[in-house]
Amino acid sequence: MTYVLIFLVAIAVLIFWVFGLYNGLVRLRNAVKNAWSQIDVQLKRRHDLIPNLVETVKGYAAHEKETLARVISARNFAMNAAGPAEAGRAEGALSGALKSLFAVSEAYPDLKANQNFLALQEELTSTENKIAFSRQAYNDAVMRYNNMTEVVPSNIIAGMFNFKASEFFEIVIPEEKDVPKVSF
Amino acid sequence: MWEIIQSNRRKSILLVIIMAVLLLLVGSVFGEYFVQSYQGGLILAFAIWLLLSILAYFQGRNLFLAISGAHKIQKADHPRLFNIVEEMKIAAALPAMPEIYLIDDPAPNAFAVGQNPEKAAVAVTTGLLNTLNRDELQGVIAHEVGHVVNRDTLFMSMIGVMLGTVVMLAEIARRTLFFGGGRRRSRSSSGAGQAQVIILIAGLALMIVAPLIARIIYLAASRKREYLADASAAVFTRYPEGLASALEKISVSPIRMRKVNSVTAPMYIINPLQKLHDTRDSLFSTHPAAKNRIQILRSMAGGSGYLEYDQAFRRITGESKAFLPASALKQPGIKPGLRKPAVETVIPTAAPDMTRMMTGAVITGAVITDGIQEPVTPQAKARETSDAVWKSKGYRFIRCECDAILKVPPDFKRTGVQCLRCNRVHELNPVPEPT
Repeated sequence: MTYVLIFLVAIAVLIFWVFGLYNGLVRLRNAVKNAWSQIDVQLKRRHDLIPNLVETVKGYAAHEKETLARVISARNFAMNAAGPAEAGRAEGALSGALKSLFAVSEAYPDLKANQNFLALQEELTSTENKIAFSRQAYNDAVMRYNNMTEVVPSNIIAGMFNFKASEFFEIVIPEEKDVPKVSF
Repeated sequence: MWEIIQSNRRKSILLVIIMAVLLLLVGSVFGEYFVQSYQGGLILAFAIWLLLSILAYFQGRNLFLAISGAHKIQKADHPRLFNIVEEMKIAAALPAMPEIYLIDDPAPNAFAVGQNPEKAAVAVTTGLLNTLNRDELQGVIAHEVGHVVNRDTLFMSMIGVMLGTVVMLAEIARRTLFFGGGRRRSRSSSGAGQAQVIILIAGLALMIVAPLIARIIYLAASRKREYLADASAAVFTRYPEGLASALEKISVSPIRMRKVNSVTAPMYIINPLQKLHDTRDSLFSTHPAAKNRIQILRSMAGGSGYLEYDQAFRRITGESKAFLPASALKQPGIKPGLRKPAVETVIPTAAPDMTRMMTGAVITGAVITDGIQEPVTPQAKARETSDAVWKSKGYRFIRCECDAILKVPPDFKRTGVQCLRCNRVHELNPVPEPT
């Protein structure tokens, strides 16, 4: 009788333990989803800011057509990207294009004094930071979740209920991959 | 982060229990002497504590902000500060954007309040905005957001209330026992008298020791939480140097804060009342010595995670015990290099040559100058900050054609205002009545 009781208690403990692991996995997966939506918000904000920026710059530096066109096409490309890996590449290209636009703007003192331009520049720079920070939060969440799906014993539960590892989000800025030249 | 909140919660419960025992002890002795029943004292102490706790929970945040003379500001008043707070909100994964308050005070300092992460607020002084650059400001905001995330704002106000109750009861009892405590003894019989004297002395000793112990516990918790918030700031920004250099600037500032007292002082990032250049953590200081905090942040070799902070902490303070839970130290994923390296774009003096510009990046030591708009001169920065104060008080800004900027007070009734420089008259739209 007591053995049956002990057996039953052991089974109950086991079941609750499995529940706990399962719930933990669900929580972490939701954290990953939430973190991704945060990145999405910031990426969208950046896409929305760019037309304003382009309009403002056009008024002062109309003959920087090539740079402006690059920014616009990078934006359109980034808006249509799907999935973390592709979005990462597209957003990287957009960051690069924006950087070159700001670099070009240095040559136009009137543009640099324009209040609207300054406000846009602060907004875009901060949005860039926000993208970086939300990416950081997302990758931390992915790391926690992936670890949970890989370590014993939660990997057994993860396998049983089909918790798949999530993708990291890396923004690859074309120029940053090159070794920077140091000039003195 | 969760591991830290969890371990914080466990340690907090222990501290709260010790505080509660002290509170009840003091309460019962108090009752014994004043209403001749320790139950009465217990109930009294409990009632005072409950009342103050409820007050602190629901009104503490607003009380603190009001006492410090803080004004709420909107994004339009100081976009850069607002953006920095939002960046840290994202990095810390806070559920809601904290409210931002500005204190018109030339001394650089900041604090955070809020009973939960949904209702948090950060307050910074105008002096802080004038003194720090963007990275340093980010470090300070990250530290404050760290307090919110680690639930320090709630815990410190709750345990502060307990401390306050213990101190208050003990103070009243001590004074009355010293000056008017004889009444009870004279009424009792001589046999019980001796026992009474012993109890009296024991009670008196308790009334002296209890507030001291309570204060030491409170301050130890306060110091630990400052270190923890520093560690969190390093993790959020991935850039410990920002906070380190901010702490340096704040702690060497010779300007004293105006609206500060011993109750609000522990809330600030650097205690405004603490002496400068302290290098040791004394039992009675609210914050760890600024020098130590800076040194720890600066010697976080090869990373900006909790593990690196912990190692640096042990190296600098000479303590052997890890102060973070082991599970947090194991937490992977916090590596250096996630933050962009400092890049300064080189502007060629000749015709702009795109390819050269893009590859001609120079790695500089500290500041990220790349694309960040920030007033360069101290004057421009001070102007920006004072404008934020004006705007937060409801002043309207009108730019005249002669480039003078008119600041019109919110209660200005007339429909036109004349420029002081060129005498042009500007029409004012009537202010919409606040509904």
